[in-house]
Amino acid sequence: MDNRQKEINNLKDYKYGFSTDIESIKAPKGLNEDVIKFISNIKKEPAWMLEFRLKAFERFKVLKEPNWQKPKFPKIDYQDLYYYSAPKSMKDKPKSLDELDPKLLETYKKLGIPLQEQARLNGIAVDAVFDSVSVATTFKDELTKQGIIFCPISEAIQNHPELVKKYLGSVIPTSDHFFATLNSAVFTDGSFVYIPEGVRCPMELSTYFRINASNTGQFERTLIIADKGSYVSYLEGCTAPMRDENQLHAANVELIALDDAEIKYSTVQNWYPGDKDGKGGIYNFVTKRGLCKGKNSKISWTQVETGSAITWKYPSCILKGDNSVGEFYSIAITNNHQKADTGTKMIHLGKNTKSKIISKGISAGSSDMTYRGLVDISSKAKNSTNYTQCDSLLMGNKCGAHTVPYIKNKNSESNIAHEATTSKISEEQLHYCQQRGLNPEEAVGLIVNGFCKEVLQQLPMEFAVEAQKLVGISLEGSVG
Amino acid sequence: MKEQLQKDFDNSIKNLSLSQKDIEIKKFCLDNFIDKGFPNRKEEDWKFSDLNQIIKNNIGELSFYNDQASTNKVDTSVFVDGLEHNKIVFINGRIEKIDFEYEKKDQIEIIDQSETINEFKNSNSLSDLNNAFTYKCFKILVKKGYQLAKPLIIYHTTNSKIWSKNINLRLNFELDKNSSLRLIDLFNDASEKNFLNIFYNFELKENAVLKNYKVDKFENKNIKYAFNNIDQDKNSISETFILSSGSNFSKNEINCNLNGVYASAFVNGVFSLNNDKHHEIRSIINHLTENTKSYQLIKSVLDESSKAVYQGKIFVNSDAQKTDGYQLSKAILLNKEAEFNAKPELEIYADDVKCSHGSASGSLNDDSIFYLMSRGLSYQQSRELLINGFLLDVVEKITDSEIKNLIKNMIGIKE
Repeated sequence: MDNRQKEINNLKDYKYGFSTDIESIKAPKGLNEDVIKFISNIKKEPAWMLEFRLKAFERFKVLKEPNWQKPKFPKIDYQDLYYYSAPKSMKDKPKSLDELDPKLLETYKKLGIPLQEQARLNGIAVDAVFDSVSVATTFKDELTKQGIIFCPISEAIQNHPELVKKYLGSVIPTSDHFFATLNSAVFTDGSFVYIPEGVRCPMELSTYFRINASNTGQFERTLIIADKGSYVSYLEGCTAPMRDENQLHAANVELIALDDAEIKYSTVQNWYPGDKDGKGGIYNFVTKRGLCKGKNSKISWTQVETGSAITWKYPSCILKGDNSVGEFYSIAITNNHQKADTGTKMIHLGKNTKSKIISKGISAGSSDMTYRGLVDISSKAKNSTNYTQCDSLLMGNKCGAHTVPYIKNKNSESNIAHEATTSKISEEQLHYCQQRGLNPEEAVGLIVNGFCKEVLQQLPMEFAVEAQKLVGISLEGSVG
Repeated sequence: MKEQLQKDFDNSIKNLSLSQKDIEIKKFCLDNFIDKGFPNRKEEDWKFSDLNQIIKNNIGELSFYNDQASTNKVDTSVFVDGLEHNKIVFINGRIEKIDFEYEKKDQIEIIDQSETINEFKNSNSLSDLNNAFTYKCFKILVKKGYQLAKPLIIYHTTNSKIWSKNINLRLNFELDKNSSLRLIDLFNDASEKNFLNIFYNFELKENAVLKNYKVDKFENKNIKYAFNNIDQDKNSISETFILSSGSNFSKNEINCNLNGVYASAFVNGVFSLNNDKHHEIRSIINHLTENTKSYQLIKSVLDESSKAVYQGKIFVNSDAQKTDGYQLSKAILLNKEAEFNAKPELEIYADDVKCSHGSASGSLNDDSIFYLMSRGLSYQQSRELLINGFLLDVVEKITDSEIKNLIKNMIGIKE
C-alpha cells in the first residue's frame, strides 16, 4: 500500500514519469570503436557515415570533459552507458502507423501525443523518437507533395545522402566540444528536415523525444535545412520516466538557413527533473546551433526549459549572411534541486546583422539558474545591432540566479545594448491578486506568466497553452 | 624565467633582515609563482587580457632584482600644484618619502609590516609574485575619529635608473571607526617598459570613509596591474574612481567585501584610450550581509586600435537580503579598429534584492552630431563636445569637489 501510494504521489509531481516495458535491443555497454561500428551496422549506414563517426570518436578520445559550468555534477562513467537501445519490434521497421507496436502507441497516448489521431486533428506532423530510434512520422504524404522531406535522420542517410553529406557537421563539426563530439560519434537517430526552395511549410513539424530504457544515453541528431526563400516552424518536446539514477541526454541540433529562408525552432523541454531531494533526473547537455548562411535569412530559437536535473545548453546563431537575423527567446524555470546553465551565443559575421535575446529565468526551491551568453560582433559585421534583456525572478532565499553575459564589440558602427535585472515578486502584486480572490499559488502563477509573456507569445499556439500550464506546474509548492 | 626568478630572489633575500620563517614563506610564494606563471587567457578572469602574452610581446624576459640600498632623488617637479596634500613617494618601487605634514602626528600611525604576507581571496599568481619580492610594506593606520585634513597623494614614479623590469608594491591601510581618508594614486612613469604589480589592502571599520582616486594619465610604455582589496564594516563607505588612460597595458582589480550592514561601495571608471593600448577594470563586489549597497559606472572612449575590457561582478550572499546593486558600462568606439569587451555578471543567492546591470557599446550618435553641426559647430567640435559630456557624467560622480576639479583639469573636461 505504502509503495503504491508513494508511486501515485510521485506520478502526481511528474506525470510523464512512467516507464514502458518493451523488449529492446541494446548495443553492448560501453564506448569503443566496436560499439560505434555496431550502431552504424545496425542502421545499415554507408561507409562515409561510419567514417564520420570514427573521426569524431578519434577526436573524442583526446577531449576532456569541460568543468567551467556552474552546475557541477558527479563524474559520468562513459563506459557504463548503453549507447544504443531500440524497441525490438522496430528491428524491421513498420511501414505505417498501423504496424506499430501497440505498447508504443499507448506510451505516446499517455504522453498526450496520440500519433494516429494527431495525424488528423491537429495538423501537426510528428516524428516520435523512442530511446534511440525514430518510431513514427505522421503526415508524410502531404509533406512529400510539396517536396518537403521530414523523416528520421537514419532514413535520410539512406535516401538523401547528398543532402546529409553536404550539411551534416557543417555547423557542429566533428571537432567541436566534448558532448557534441560524443554525439557525432554515437548519435542514433533524430529528425531530418529539408524544405525546398520557395516552399512555405504548411504545418508545424514536431518531434517528440522519449527516453525509456534505463542506463541509456540518448544522443539524437537533428538537421534542418531551409533552402532559399523557404519557411519552417519546428517544435520539439521531451519527457523521460522517473528513475533514481541520472540519465544523459546529449543531442546535437543543426539548423541551416539559406538566402531569404526562415527557421523557427521551439522547444518545450520537460525531461524528468529528479525528485524533491534532487535524486535522479536527466542531464540535458545539448548543443544547438543555427547557421544563417544566406542573405536575409533568419533563425529564431524559442525555449521553455522546465525539466531536467541539469540543463546545460546554449542555442546559438551564427549570422554569416548579410542582413541575417538571429533571435533567442527563453524561459527557464528551476525548482527543488534543479540546475540550469543556459543562454545563447550570437556571432555576428555579416553586415547589417541583427540579433535579439530575451531571457527570463525563474528559480525556486534550492535550485540554481545561470544565464550565460555571448554576443560577438566581428570587425566585418558593419552596422549590426544586438539587444539583450535578461530578467531573473527569485522565489525564496535558498535558490540562486546568475547572469554571465560576454559582450564583445569589434565594430564601431555596431551597437550593443544589454540589460539585466534580478528581483522577486513584489508583495504589492501578490496582495493585489489575492485581494481579488486568487489564492497565493494562482497569484504567483499569474504573475509569472505575465513575467514570461514576451517569450510565451513567440510559441506556436498549441505549445503556448502547454507551456503556460507547465510554468504553473513547475512552480507548485514554491510559494509560502 | 625560472632561473632568473630564483637568482633574483636569492639576491633580494640577502639584503633583507628576515627571520628564517619569513624566508620560508616568501620562498613558498615564489615556488607558487614559478609553478603557475603569469596568468593567461585560459584563466577565466584573464580571458580578455592574456597577461602572459602581453608581457612576452612588450617586455620579453623580465628581471626581478631591485637594489633597495641606494636611494633615489625625489624629483619635486612631479608634485601636484595648487592642492595642499600629504605625500608618499615611491620611486622605482622604493619608498622614498612618507610625509603627513598637514596632519596631527599622533592620529596616524605608520607600522612596518614587511614580514606579513597578503592572502587575498579571489586572487591569482600575481599576489604570490608580489609576496615573494616586496621589500618593505607599511600599514597606515588612521586612528579612531580622525579625519585627514588634506588628501594623501601617492606618487608612483619610475625613471631610467630602474634596476629591474618588475616592481612589486604593497601598502595596507586601516581606517578605524569614524575616520576618513582621501587618497589619490598618481602615476608618473619615465622608464621604459616595466611591469608594475601593486597590491593595496584596505580595512574600513565602522563609519569609516575611504575615497580612492587612481589616476593613470601620462603616456608611458609600462604594464600595470593593481589590486585593491577593501573590507568594509558597518556603515562604511568606499568610493573608487579610476582614470585609465596612460599606460600601454593596465588592469585594475577591485575586490570589495561588504561585511557590515549599511556598508556601501562605489566604483566609477573612465577609459580614455588611443593607439594600441589595452586596459581592463575588473570589479567584484561581494554583498555579504543585508542592507548593503553598491553602484558602478564605467565609461569608455576608444580610439584607434585600443581595447577596453570591463568585467564586473555583483555577488549576493543568501544572507544579504535588501541588497541594492547597480552596474552600468558604456562605450563609444571612435575607430573601426577599436574593441570593447564586457562581462557584467550577477551571482545572486538572496531573493529580496534589487540588482541590475546594463552594458551598451556603439558609435557616436549621428543625430546628436547632426544637431550640433546644424547649430554651427564643426564636426570636430561636435565630437569633442559629445565625448566631453559622455565622460563628464562619471567625473561628476566624484564626491570630493576639490579632487573633482583637479581631475577635471587633468583630463581637460569642461562643465
